[in-house]
Amino acid sequence: MSNFGFTLLKARRIDYDANDRSIADFIHDNEPSFRWCIECGCCSATCTSGNYIGFSLRELQILLKRGENEEVKEKIFNCMLCGKCILVCPRGVNTRNVIALAQEAFKNKKQHAV
Amino acid sequence: MQFDPFVIPFNIGLYFILIYAVVRCVLWFRDLSRADKLRLQRGFFGRPFAKSLKEIFMESLIHRKILKSNFRLGYMHMSLAFGWFLLILFGTIEADIFGTRHLNPPYKAIFFKFFNPEHGRNGIEAFYAFIMDFLLAFILSGLLLAVIKRFSSRVVGMKKTTRLKTLDKVALTSLWLIFPSRLLAESFTSAAYDTGSFLTGSLGSVFASFLPVNELAYPFWWLYSISLGTFFILLPLTRYMHIPTELFLIFARNSGIRTGDHYGAFTEIQTYSCSSCGICIDTCQLNLSTGITDIQSAYLLKGIRNNEDVKDIANNCLMCGRCDQNCPVGIELTPIRMIMRREPETKSGDNGFFEKYFPSHVKIPVPKTNGSLVYGWLPAVKTTKAEVLYFAGCMTHLTPAIKKSMIKILDAAGVNYNFMDEEGGVCCGRPLMLAGKYKQARELINYNSKIIKQSGANILVTSCPICYKVFRESYYLNIDVYHHSQFINSLINEDVLRLRFLRKKITYHSPCELGRRSGVYAEPKEVLKHVGRLQLTRHEDENAYCCGGSLGNMHISYAQKKKIASDAAKDLTRNNPDILATACPLCKKTFSPVTETPVADIAEIVAEAIILSHPDKKNYSKVISLKEPVDISE
Repeated sequence: MSNFGFTLLKARRIDYDANDRSIADFIHDNEPSFRWCIECGCCSATCTSGNYIGFSLRELQILLKRGENEEVKEKIFNCMLCGKCILVCPRGVNTRNVIALAQEAFKNKKQHAV
Repeated sequence: MQFDPFVIPFNIGLYFILIYAVVRCVLWFRDLSRADKLRLQRGFFGRPFAKSLKEIFMESLIHRKILKSNFRLGYMHMSLAFGWFLLILFGTIEADIFGTRHLNPPYKAIFFKFFNPEHGRNGIEAFYAFIMDFLLAFILSGLLLAVIKRFSSRVVGMKKTTRLKTLDKVALTSLWLIFPSRLLAESFTSAAYDTGSFLTGSLGSVFASFLPVNELAYPFWWLYSISLGTFFILLPLTRYMHIPTELFLIFARNSGIRTGDHYGAFTEIQTYSCSSCGICIDTCQLNLSTGITDIQSAYLLKGIRNNEDVKDIANNCLMCGRCDQNCPVGIELTPIRMIMRREPETKSGDNGFFEKYFPSHVKIPVPKTNGSLVYGWLPAVKTTKAEVLYFAGCMTHLTPAIKKSMIKILDAAGVNYNFMDEEGGVCCGRPLMLAGKYKQARELINYNSKIIKQSGANILVTSCPICYKVFRESYYLNIDVYHHSQFINSLINEDVLRLRFLRKKITYHSPCELGRRSGVYAEPKEVLKHVGRLQLTRHEDENAYCCGGSLGNMHISYAQKKKIASDAAKDLTRNNPDILATACPLCKKTFSPVTETPVADIAEIVAEAIILSHPDKKNYSKVISLKEPVDISE
């Protein structure tokens, strides 16, 4: 990386070259509405699981799109698939399918890794 | 003994299919669970056997259900099934009475005319020949409809017909050839011997005027025999396997065997009983509104039969149950689909040609509930004691008007209740089940069960039909589960809730999970009759629409859901009601944006109509003052 005379905090850096965007691509291929998200956070506000722990689809889908899958890997399974987020989404994102696909992708990845 | 080489293909086919059907039934019987085997054994010596015979006659031969809903389609099926049955029956009697000897081999009856060409000249013989000709004409009329249906399904009143695979088409062609070749063979023989009745006789004399009928008859008898033989040999590989399987299915069902939640022999029997008639395609709202025509139950069952990967088909469905209601064979389509949504143990694969006769199938076990917890972070259960527990459900929290109305109603009736998920509870588990995740669902069910047990309540009231279904069927609790429409109805009947008449025209939309899937049709309508004028539509009870918002389908897009909802709403509001009433928060949420008619839940309508609570409360002791002023001027 060129030295411009100032630094970027490591925590704030998104390294798209090193990150693995395969899961986000998989979701997008099967559920095109994944890209319509405007990150308004309605889904997280209404979430049943989010009522108990810090489960936020808004956060998770941002991380997935960045390719930072490590943080999503465990958290995505906290969803109860109750479907409230679909009803409140102003963009009509099929959120339930997004989560189901993400879970499937992580499961497949785990199986292939073993 | 009369014999000719041309009967050999028919004989091979016939004995093959008879032996095959018996072997297959024995294999299925072996795979049934012990309890189901006992059910079958008991059924064989009891009433179920007689009931099955009646059902086989009414449904498999006459096709009563199809006749009732669509006459032309029913006639087509009846003429082929019942006509063929009668032709075989009368043919056997004919061969026995008029043949050279009694107790003939089957081919004698089928090719009677060839072996007895002089038969049918006068008297009773002529009359009998007339009956046989009439039956053949009956079948041919149905066959004509079937051929036309392949090219234009509208003729028989169907919008879509099932797409077939190659082997199905070969079998279909051989089936179609059977009756015309019999007609021609009999006509030529009749012409050569100057016999035959109104159909074969007159057709024969026409042919005789310009064709060498003597030479032509023999090849057509060969064709008749070959097409019968081919049809019988291919039958196990095609949808025509439903003919023998359906008999077994009817008997098994009448003996009390049900699908349940595991993939077993009975599921397989049902899979093979599907004739791909396409009635499920015709009633499916995904077909009617969004034009999706490759995921209906006929295709699901076909996919299972061919051991294909049916996951996408199984998941792309509203689970409304309209096809279950309309299936003329009575296959439990939605339960089978629920099973197919779960993770299979073995991978699907293509069976070779010979394996197809005894195919292997994907194994889908009931998921084990042990192992690590997914929702281990849920807080410890804390609850207070109450007589009645009210569970609003996730969707109701998104439609707060329903929640508030229920609180008002429960307060007005003086019910001693506890609001189980006032602060937003845990999901009931059904959405996870619909997504095929039984293990996770069971975890939530256990959590909620603990709360219910601790509260010591005897009655659980829920506002959401999705929750209602799962509380009733999958929570093993000793508690009465009511949907709020049922509970309100009992409050009205016990005279603890008094309502005024609203003078409004109300149309009721029956939610899928409450109506078709749980069988609650009457109570919501009873409640509505107390508060308004209930208008009936063409879509009552079993014929109700799905609102399209169903959690069952994860595949269709927002736009497609909206299209289904607006089509349904347009039809439901055809006679301009003042209120479109429903009993499900999800239906309300789905219908509200697509229609100008106000959409309201039953609880909201009742809450609006409440007058003062009854002074002497019989069952419900808690005294409450109403929180909102009530208008009693009317």
